[in-house]
Amino acid sequence: MFEIVSKTKLADKVWRMDVVAPLVAGKAMPGQFLIIRVDKDGERIPLTVCDFDREKGIVTIVFQTVGAETERMSRVEVGECFADVVGPLGRPSDLCDLPIEELKKKKILFIAGGVGTAPVYNQLQWLHENGVDVDCIQGARTKDLLILEDEMRAVTSNLYFATDDGSYGIHGNVCVALQQLWDEGKHYDHCVVIGPVIMMKFACQLTKKLGIHTIISMNTIMVDGTGMCGACRLLVGGEVKFACVDGPEFDGHEVDFDQAMQRSRLYKTQEGELMLRLTEGDTHSGNCGVCS
Amino acid sequence: MEIDVLKKVPVAEQDPQIRATNFDEVNLGYTKDEAVLEASRCLTCKNARCVEGCPVSINIPGFISKLKEGDVEGAYEVISLSSSLPAVCGRVCPQETQCEAKCVRGIKGEAVSIGRLERFVADTAKDMGIKPRLPEGLVKKGKKVAVIGAGPSGLTCAGDLAKLGYDVTIFEALHKAGGVLVYGIPEFRLPKDKVVAKEIENVKSLGVKIVTDAVIGRALTIDDLFEKEGFSAVFIGSGAGLPRFMNIPGEQSLGVFSANEYLTRSNLMGAFSPDSRTPIMRAKKAVIVGGGNVAMDAARTAKRLGAEVHVVYRRSEAELPARAEEVHHAKEEGIIFDLLTNPVEIIADENGWVTGCKCIRMELGEPDASGRRSPVPVEGSEFIIECDAVIMSLGTSPNPLIKTTTAGLETNKRGGIIVNESEMTTRDGVFAGGDAVTGAATVILAMGAGKSAAKGIDEYLSKN
Repeated sequence: MFEIVSKTKLADKVWRMDVVAPLVAGKAMPGQFLIIRVDKDGERIPLTVCDFDREKGIVTIVFQTVGAETERMSRVEVGECFADVVGPLGRPSDLCDLPIEELKKKKILFIAGGVGTAPVYNQLQWLHENGVDVDCIQGARTKDLLILEDEMRAVTSNLYFATDDGSYGIHGNVCVALQQLWDEGKHYDHCVVIGPVIMMKFACQLTKKLGIHTIISMNTIMVDGTGMCGACRLLVGGEVKFACVDGPEFDGHEVDFDQAMQRSRLYKTQEGELMLRLTEGDTHSGNCGVCS
Repeated sequence: MEIDVLKKVPVAEQDPQIRATNFDEVNLGYTKDEAVLEASRCLTCKNARCVEGCPVSINIPGFISKLKEGDVEGAYEVISLSSSLPAVCGRVCPQETQCEAKCVRGIKGEAVSIGRLERFVADTAKDMGIKPRLPEGLVKKGKKVAVIGAGPSGLTCAGDLAKLGYDVTIFEALHKAGGVLVYGIPEFRLPKDKVVAKEIENVKSLGVKIVTDAVIGRALTIDDLFEKEGFSAVFIGSGAGLPRFMNIPGEQSLGVFSANEYLTRSNLMGAFSPDSRTPIMRAKKAVIVGGGNVAMDAARTAKRLGAEVHVVYRRSEAELPARAEEVHHAKEEGIIFDLLTNPVEIIADENGWVTGCKCIRMELGEPDASGRRSPVPVEGSEFIIECDAVIMSLGTSPNPLIKTTTAGLETNKRGGIIVNESEMTTRDGVFAGGDAVTGAATVILAMGAGKSAAKGIDEYLSKN
């Protein structure tokens, strides 16, 4: 069974868990994701991999409670088990395919936003282990929402923080930070952006203007996650692609972010109702119609 | 009971008006009296042509003869020699184009209802607690075989190999075994707990191990199975792949689904139940695009979830690829067929939600290379079907996962894995069957391939 061996609250609504999942830990590479079902009636939840320990057979996940299922997930305690953990899914990051010497020649920037920091950490760690030095901007609305700071520092020599309210690091969002670095003469030829879709969209607009090749990672609606249902489709360069088998990483300058944001709203009403049912129990009958 | 020997003994079905609002099984199956009566219509031909029509070559006159005597256990044993999933096949096989199409009774009247009899035998055996058995005195081969995918081809291949004495492990990517039987075919045609789970238990009772949540190609590669896990042969039954879309404007709108997604949510995740934690769109008016069995399943599911349903198909009724019975049931349930009609655009409101499906009328032109008259658009005949959901059921293209992670595995131009007459792929010791080879086809053809592959694997391992 998929036992939770450690659990930490990283920020408001953000959790980190180490889970026993030898099949996933055995093969996971940076950039890939996994799917969890909390219990036997659970929905399949796709999550990026934050870290893995091949020998111990343990994977680390970081998630934010955004709906009823992730809320349920946050209530599972150390020593208890998830019903299912399956993966690794999706293609490993393209960076992992390049010769190390070539990577060392590149000037690479990572941009991490919110829980997108978790998959970025996984890539930074891999690069660090392979002796590749890169820069990273980590952004959040406010200082309290910045996660994994110590871990990120340990694997990145140039780590910049950006907070919308100026409570830590550069005052402004990640785009402000990138522009500032660029103006100071820091130039990059490869950028990886992972975070909320809206952040990826604006970061990509800027990197396009600056002429930096940019990769993003999509966390779309999914069901099976193995290339069967087609729920995760998005438009990349005008073509239909499937995040679960063609991605989750894509060329950020080719992705139709507006449509991706629209598609992510598909089940919002039902998810909201499920959340109310979970948090308010029987007091929420669903009959008054106020919430619909 | 008196019967007209030229006609099948009718089978009870749920009333169409009532069943269109629930997910209980439509066909209620024969009673024992009805089954024995129908069995009596079989002429027990010496040179039984029905057997030739069966992809897994069940001794049909053999099991029907037992049934005539009321010997259900005996009948079950005969079927079990050839099929691992009789309760499934009795429900979802296209008998009218296979065994029943060859029945001598069919020349002057209606064929013997072989499918309903098979279902009766399998269901009754299950109720009596009868399970398939390994042959007496079976000698274990001491060799391990890996089967990828717990769908119809994989389960059949695994069951047959276990009966030959192999140590078999099935690796299933999803959290539940059954493949298309659990994610694709709806409850009202194929009950999951009552039928599918029981058939899978039967395969396990032969000693077959099933590992769920194991994605071969990712968690383990085929090379790992040979080199690290000690398997001597591998069967790939990974099924069909990604859904096709039409590539028309508006297809990314909210409310456009693939039939695979819609059915997986309803069937595998149980989203048809109001208690489900997996969401599904309950449309008011749904357009289903396509005319195959999957389209019928999606249409009848949408109907049960409360929608007015239109099936839009570009050819005419005669060309509908779905089984006649499925089309008949769909019509009885009030599903509207808009034939010789093809979508050209999906229309959405300012928030991206589907409001309509713009279609064009078609007419049948000259026969094409396949001999079918190809549909051509009637100029200026566009019209809009108002709807809030569009479900694309246009078939699938093969899943690239195993191919891209296995060196030396060749595929044809449609992406199907290439196999020889023993179902062996271009990789030594790796066999394949079902939709992964043929592209989307039927449960029974996949089972036939699984069966043939088991034979091929046995021959291969006997030599190596």
